Amino acid sequence: MSDPAQPVPKPGRTDQAVIRNFCIIAHIDHGKSTLADRMLQLTGVVEQRQMRAQYLDRMDIERERGITIKSQAVRLPWEHEGTNYVLNLIDTPGHVDFTYEVSRSLAACEGAILLVDAAQGIEAQTLANLYLALEADLKIIPVLNKIDLPAAQPERYAEEIAGIIGVDPDEVLKVSAKTGLGVEDLLNRIVDEIPAPSGDPDAQSRALIFDSVYDTYRGVVTYVRVVDGKLGKRERTLMMSTGAVHETLEVGVIAPEPTATEGLVAGEVGYIISGVKDVRQARVGDTVTNSAKPAAEPLGGYDHPRPMVFSGLYPVDGDQYPDLRDALDKLRLNDAALVYEPETSTALGFGFRCGFLGLLHMEIVRERLEREFDLSLISTAPNVIYRVEMESGREVRVTNPAEFPAGNTPGSPGDGSAKTNTGGKIARVFEPIVKATLLAPSEFIGPIMELCQGRRGVLGGMDYLSPERVEIRYTLPLAEIIFDFFDQLKSRTRGYASLDYEPAGEQEANLVKVDILLQGEPVDAFSQIVHSDKAREYGLLMTSKLKELIPRQQYEVPIQAAVGSRIIARENIRAIRKDVLAKCYGGDISRKRKLLEKQKEGKKRMKTIGRVDVPQEAFVAALNTSGPSDNDGKQK
Amino acid sequence: MPGTLPDGDPAPADGRLPEESARSFGSRPFGIYVHVPFCRTRCGYCDFNTYTATELGGGASQAEYPGLTARELDLARAVLPGTGNGVETVFFGGGTPTLLAPGEIGNILDKIRAAFGLRPDAEVTVEANPETVTADSLAGLRAAGVTRMSFGMQSAVPHVLETLDRVHEPGRPAECVKWAKDAGFEHVSLDLIYGTPGETDDDWRRSVGEALSAEPDHISAYALIVEDGTRLAAKVRRGEIAAPDDDALADRYLIADDLLASAGLTWYEISNWASGDSARCRHNMLYWTGGDWWGVGPGAHSHVGGTRWWNVRHPSAYAARVNEGVSPAQAREILTPAGRSMEEVMLGVRLADGLPATALGGTARSSAERIMASGLLDPAAYRSGKLVLTRQGRLLADAVVRDLT
Repeated sequence: MSDPAQPVPKPGRTDQAVIRNFCIIAHIDHGKSTLADRMLQLTGVVEQRQMRAQYLDRMDIERERGITIKSQAVRLPWEHEGTNYVLNLIDTPGHVDFTYEVSRSLAACEGAILLVDAAQGIEAQTLANLYLALEADLKIIPVLNKIDLPAAQPERYAEEIAGIIGVDPDEVLKVSAKTGLGVEDLLNRIVDEIPAPSGDPDAQSRALIFDSVYDTYRGVVTYVRVVDGKLGKRERTLMMSTGAVHETLEVGVIAPEPTATEGLVAGEVGYIISGVKDVRQARVGDTVTNSAKPAAEPLGGYDHPRPMVFSGLYPVDGDQYPDLRDALDKLRLNDAALVYEPETSTALGFGFRCGFLGLLHMEIVRERLEREFDLSLISTAPNVIYRVEMESGREVRVTNPAEFPAGNTPGSPGDGSAKTNTGGKIARVFEPIVKATLLAPSEFIGPIMELCQGRRGVLGGMDYLSPERVEIRYTLPLAEIIFDFFDQLKSRTRGYASLDYEPAGEQEANLVKVDILLQGEPVDAFSQIVHSDKAREYGLLMTSKLKELIPRQQYEVPIQAAVGSRIIARENIRAIRKDVLAKCYGGDISRKRKLLEKQKEGKKRMKTIGRVDVPQEAFVAALNTSGPSDNDGKQK
Repeated sequence: MPGTLPDGDPAPADGRLPEESARSFGSRPFGIYVHVPFCRTRCGYCDFNTYTATELGGGASQAEYPGLTARELDLARAVLPGTGNGVETVFFGGGTPTLLAPGEIGNILDKIRAAFGLRPDAEVTVEANPETVTADSLAGLRAAGVTRMSFGMQSAVPHVLETLDRVHEPGRPAECVKWAKDAGFEHVSLDLIYGTPGETDDDWRRSVGEALSAEPDHISAYALIVEDGTRLAAKVRRGEIAAPDDDALADRYLIADDLLASAGLTWYEISNWASGDSARCRHNMLYWTGGDWWGVGPGAHSHVGGTRWWNVRHPSAYAARVNEGVSPAQAREILTPAGRSMEEVMLGVRLADGLPATALGGTARSSAERIMASGLLDPAAYRSGKLVLTRQGRLLADAVVRDLT
């Protein structure tokens, strides 16, 4: 491979020995997209004048939030010591919601750049993804970024990183993605240190799907890493998990725009278009093979995405229900993890119970529905999935708190009023739990432990990454994390703590359903499942919130929180005493009439619960504040 | 005159009315409103269409104002098909109409008389701020043909007057009533405002008491409403003063109703009390019962036979239009049958005379039964075919209207 006359390798005919497949593991704002931009420029695939920031992030949401939701794979030519190499940068999503997707992207690589902000040090999710990369046996190149910043402490954080991955601090490369300093060295080290792929070029073809994206014009674009054999452009492919067979329409590489090729060979990274209309037919983690000469075994590690967090989505304007359904159908084409089914709420009307991978996933879906489909939505407070064992031996899975079976706790009498009273008593209730990792300066150990204890956490262990920084591990109910946890963590640690978590099965817990009643009528959208110790707290919170949000009516309206038939909190909305325009408007009758007509319109938009008129805004406000935080827990 | 004009359809430059509106002119009582858009100072709560001298430019000065009204009256005469049955009521409102000299008001009345004829029993009201009149000027107004004075008393309590930016001495309104009576006015009204920030129930009792001891035959009491764009609204927004509280406003209303009723003034409209049928403001009754009127002056509203229109607001724009012989109407609205019946209910239900049950459709009648059951409509009146609000109903009148329409 040292022949200086060797030409630039062509896609579909590239020797594995000159291929280096790598990804970048980094926290949000630590400069991953900037580093990728710099690599695109240095390798000459994007010229200066075509350059835009965050070149690889295609969705507006990705650019605005500085996160990567969808993976990308770009083919970069790089000459090093007289040899022309092909570097495939696989851009991974980097959020706790998308751990599975991250693991598949990592599986497509032989190496990873661990990119850490030299002013901030490593964050919890970076650490979690680093562990994933180490498990996948990837070669890690540690890099400190932003060394040009005045606040940078490269020596200190080089020490920290070296300690974590077990290398010498001198081996930590120091770069500035912004100025380009050190990026050339980094590209050379990728060539030198990351192993070339080692699949069997002559075996039956096997390619790993690490992402698939729906494109309105071309159908599903499936991103693959070929492990063995070759994918040709005129073949029929077989998805090994589903058995689905598709005609290949196009094979290509991203360089950095999609470029059709003759095929893709072992070790190469690229895309396939085969007329698939739904990303569910080309699932991340699945193995693609040639249907005429299929491989015997798929590549390992395939898993089905499982929704972890649920929320009801309702159009503010009931007439938009069909539009919401169409929009969800369209989003689903590009989001294999999104699940939904129709549901009806007495308070909110027709909508959908949607399942998401996590809070960020939920926020992104909601934001895209509103932005790309021009919908105005109300979402119920997020909840997890509960498994309820009845004394009869029957098992109920609850994704909507309003449908939690009556007869809350073992042995307590059911009130018999809930519409879902399916008979029988509850024997046991199980909730999902997660293993959480928190990284923070050691001065915040106290506040973090206090928060986690208060959220029913069980301490798993604690390690010092350096004298100043500590890693704390907790097992926590997922339900406690999706309720205001990020915000609390942020405020208690002044933003210094970072969090990562992964599913860790389920546990039995003493959980009850709290109903909120307006004039004795339950408002299903406000029902919540909480630990029995917290039931009163939730009841007080919601009743006092609603008291402020619901306008006074012509009669007194009691707002109650109840567990079964037991009232645990109560507020009253006093009857309105004055509702009249007692001002002299002279001859301007039109103004007075229009004011009343406007009020009538407003009344029409209210939902009537029993006899109580509740404005749409009251639902939005009451449901919103307990929602997820906005920028925490993300990484790019 | 309120500050914001409603949206509407374009109004024709010659002021012509739709045929069906013009045709029925003369079948209803006819009144004239004259808006005088000047004040010496601007009160912090006021969003009416009025200007201090320094705010006005070209062709719109106070001196030229009577001439402009005469021109608009000529337009009215040309637009309306005849003189109807003569003018039943004239109302000079503002602003501060008494910034015009009694002679100027007399000239405008002469012009009205010449254009349409003024009925011998016509009611001619002039609004006045207490500090702008004297015994002499009131005698002058009476001599000019004014029959009724309405004084903006607002409150008898110094700190309340101060919050309202009212500049008169607390005792002045009572003096005005006396001067007016001495000048031969049979009908005198006092306007009061309740719910001013800082006002207590006792302050309010004192204001109503002092108003009553001046012995007017009519009192209007309006809740202070914080209107957008006023200095008061800005102070509320900045948190310097608290917005009036609805429960306190309800209490004040009941206090007023009790005190006024026991002094022999009974309510005939939610915010108006009079000592007898002859003491009611006929001009306002005309507004509330679907009469016709022409509003003269900037921002003035008019209604003839189901067509409503309103003039451009700014005195300079108004002057320019009138001087060019163009209708000063900014826009108009031709009421739909639904709009008309909404207005009939909205206005009629606020009157002690009540709304005839025949004005209601089928579903509204069953609503009325429900409203009566909740204590907001008087059952005896309902049995005799009228919807009359109870005292509690008066405080919730807008809710009643929304339920009936």
